[in-house]
Amino acid sequence: MPRINSPDELEKVRQEILSREDPNKPCISICAGAGCLASGASEVMAAFKAEIEKQGLMAEVNTKGTGCPGFCERGPVVVIYPEEICYLEVKPEDVPEVVSQTIREKKVVDRLLYVDPTTGEKATHEADIPFYRNQERNVIGNNIKIDPKNIDDYLAIGGYSALAKALSKMTADQVLQEVKKSNLRGRGGGGFPAGTKWEGSRNAPGEPKYVIVNADEGDPGAFMDRAVLEGNPHSVLEGLTIGAYAIGSHEGYIYVRQEYPLAVENVNIAIQQAEEFGLLGKNILGSGFDFIVKVHKGAGAFVCGESTALMTALEGRAGEPRPKYVRSNVVGLWGRPSVLNNVETWANVPLIINKGADWFTQFGTDTSKGTKIFSLVGKITNTGLVEVPMGTPLKDIIYKIGGGIPGGKKFKAVQTGGPSGGCLPEKLLDLPVGFDELTKAGSMMGSGGMIVMDEDTCMVDVARYFLEFLTEESCGKCVPCREGMRQMLKILTNITKGKGKEGDIELLEQLSETAIEAALCALGKSSPNPFLSTLQHFREEYEAHIKEKRCPALSCKELISYYIDPDRCQACMNCLRKCPSEAITGGKRQIHVIDQEKCTKCGTCFEVCPSRFAAAKKISGEPVPPPIPEEARTIVRKSKEK
Amino acid sequence: MSEILLKIDGKEVKAKEGMTVLEAARSAGISIPTLCHHEKLEPYGACRLCIVELESRGWTRIVVSCVYPVEKNIIVRTRSEKVDRIRKMILELQLAHAPDSFILQDLAKEYGADRDRFEKEPSFCIHCGLCVRYCAEVKKKNAVGFVDRGIRKEISFIPEIASKECWNCKECFSLCPTEALQAAYVLMEALISPDYSADKRRNVCSSLQPSDMVE
Amino acid sequence: MDKDRIDQIIDKHNCEPSYLIQVLLDIQAENKWLPGEALERVAERLQVPMTRIQHIATFYKAFSLVPKGRHQIHICVGTACHVRGASRVLDTVQGLTGIEPGETDMDLKFSLETVNCLGCCALGPVVDIDGKTHGKMAPAKTADVLKNYD
Repeated sequence: MPRINSPDELEKVRQEILSREDPNKPCISICAGAGCLASGASEVMAAFKAEIEKQGLMAEVNTKGTGCPGFCERGPVVVIYPEEICYLEVKPEDVPEVVSQTIREKKVVDRLLYVDPTTGEKATHEADIPFYRNQERNVIGNNIKIDPKNIDDYLAIGGYSALAKALSKMTADQVLQEVKKSNLRGRGGGGFPAGTKWEGSRNAPGEPKYVIVNADEGDPGAFMDRAVLEGNPHSVLEGLTIGAYAIGSHEGYIYVRQEYPLAVENVNIAIQQAEEFGLLGKNILGSGFDFIVKVHKGAGAFVCGESTALMTALEGRAGEPRPKYVRSNVVGLWGRPSVLNNVETWANVPLIINKGADWFTQFGTDTSKGTKIFSLVGKITNTGLVEVPMGTPLKDIIYKIGGGIPGGKKFKAVQTGGPSGGCLPEKLLDLPVGFDELTKAGSMMGSGGMIVMDEDTCMVDVARYFLEFLTEESCGKCVPCREGMRQMLKILTNITKGKGKEGDIELLEQLSETAIEAALCALGKSSPNPFLSTLQHFREEYEAHIKEKRCPALSCKELISYYIDPDRCQACMNCLRKCPSEAITGGKRQIHVIDQEKCTKCGTCFEVCPSRFAAAKKISGEPVPPPIPEEARTIVRKSKEK
Repeated sequence: MSEILLKIDGKEVKAKEGMTVLEAARSAGISIPTLCHHEKLEPYGACRLCIVELESRGWTRIVVSCVYPVEKNIIVRTRSEKVDRIRKMILELQLAHAPDSFILQDLAKEYGADRDRFEKEPSFCIHCGLCVRYCAEVKKKNAVGFVDRGIRKEISFIPEIASKECWNCKECFSLCPTEALQAAYVLMEALISPDYSADKRRNVCSSLQPSDMVE
Repeated sequence: MDKDRIDQIIDKHNCEPSYLIQVLLDIQAENKWLPGEALERVAERLQVPMTRIQHIATFYKAFSLVPKGRHQIHICVGTACHVRGASRVLDTVQGLTGIEPGETDMDLKFSLETVNCLGCCALGPVVDIDGKTHGKMAPAKTADVLKNYD
């Protein structure tokens, strides 16, 4: 492929790619993101290829594996272009029918369409599905249209035109001012204004300057960076190159966690292809601007998502954070000015340059502009990636897009901001999502993880869970984090095991103050947040655990017992057969009784008891009723009344 | 280097650009407690005992004085209700690991720290890093380092280096705030590891005197 | 792992000390663990102190200083998977394999680790075995899945 040496040549190449393909030629796009791959997308892809060959359609139909469109719950996802017919949960067995019906006869295969769970209505096109319809998919919308391993697809949709515009029509300062004007705030957690960060580096003394992509995405429950980096790596590279131009950097790094091997692979391919095309490396697009990018893999440490720890890891050391009294955009990697931004932040840059800051600021609130990709997971009907304008009320995300809580359960809380964030209860569901709004409510935006919890979730256990995570991931350098969290975890674990005592909450609050005020880095400083926010909104749960040894959500293993209600048990033998500890006695007409000594509280009986009986129950905070005498356990089956 | 004027505990202090608040305080005869600080070593900022209250541009916050660079017109308070409360907590957390350390006990008396507030997990090491950093920065031998992270973090000697260097050095022993117990113990462990011949082991054990354990 | 192969990996990264972690990741990926001789060779060629290598090899969870089993089981205990019952899946796998996270069984068949988020949160609980992701796992399903591995 000959190098592209000017913006005009880029346009010519784009036209040439577009003219090569007939826009009306059918194209089967199969999501090849990590989620759909786990659901069997590669078998589906192979089935399509085989079927197309079998039916002799190879010249008439394209198939391609694309980036993740975010509807992971319902994968493998297949979209047929040009009609944009969207099929969900496609299996290899479905493929022959899809090819015969939809490709050949332009007929829709009904059973593979999305069905609205309340209205029963079917949606044929991607844009009609409520999950997608209520989103504003500026950044992630292109994923389903492109094969991330092929730069042609990115060029075809206008890729690298922002870079061409920046290098040929704008000065570095003009690029910087446009990003400042857009008010783009970091999408990784800090929410710091990107333009201000860039300006700090641009003005700081010291060469060379570095630009860094933080693709460590350690927040459990967050996978938007994975989708963007895997599914549209060029968008990140383009943004990074524009940023490098703005601050005067010629060397960039992408730090990707090694738990994302597909993202590592795709970004390496993208770099190689961009270099071949002259869009990266020396004399980009003939502008005289040089910029190279290197990929570093993480090695399994959440703390390396913190910017100074990440830079330490890039230097080949253990990722211990550094004090931030002198900001890293002035003294960063190797002591030089370094701009570190999140994957999603960089991916927004080409859009801002192409469409302008004014376009970007039309989305969002006064202080949070643009759109944000959230990963909506947990107890929610439509799990996946959701991109909405900032300012969208939480309840719209959870109900309109997320489809509410499955299984008829009641919403309890939504956890935002990962382990540094907090839980928001039902009364705060009208809150518009935005950096400052979420922080004021006791949580934070973080990287955009949104974990929905229902009535079965114990909030004390949630606090304990996050503290366990953070204790495991702490670098261990400073006392407030290492030792403070060690003690907090002990106390919270004891509380969930019924060993809580008076004074525990006050001690936890004091340890929280020590961490917030005196910890070295954001991991330590924000570690008390899950505890503090659950205490603020769910204090009664803490008090029940401590004073009554009761878990209101019936979740903490040590505080609950399983019990079969003799008035409801119909001796169907379901639980008896499935109990892995053989703890249930009974028979065909003998009411079942759980031997509490043998019970391991695995919950199987509770799950398999037919809902029309609902005899297996969880109880907490009260002693288990003694088993009814053996003689009383025989069931006399009544004949049906006519 | 230009001069920077700041106030510490009500006193006007003249500091040089590039100094830390701790250095400025010490130059004016104002004491701030530290555990992980040493003049010969790069500031580490791990124990957080040297925290102070800093007021600047109308905002007050807690900063770590051994790494915070002096700025003009800042107002520093080395003691306050909040500072004392947090220092007390830090001491109590450390005392759970090294309840018999003289340095910790002295500081505990001053801040009213309760030795028994937290359940004891005696490990002697309080992760001040003085031994590791001294061996790396001053002796440049790197005979001892840290391993793992978080609550599993520990110090560990490299037997091949320790067996050659440590016997005639032992300079880190006197730096250890927990009275060298851990340093000596771990060193001995490393020297008598199964990698070494039985002879060497016998020689090492018989030549070690109780007096070698004290400064 | 032979010395030449280690040297090749070091040279691939231009013998740069800042690429220490990348070198160790490559050795770990090929050899499944980091033997002492490999670490010594790396220290020698990259001219970095052994304390730094030791710290890195223990600080980052991708590395193992002991031999691993033929099959790596990674159970995701991230928030989304946790809320969907990952701890019950973990308990069941522990019972079936007889090992706890961080351990390898006596036959060197399975090594068990917990992971904090594989990025497939919509399919929680998620278990990854040798790079193959199994979504929507339940305690009842685990025995069948593990049967396929010898």
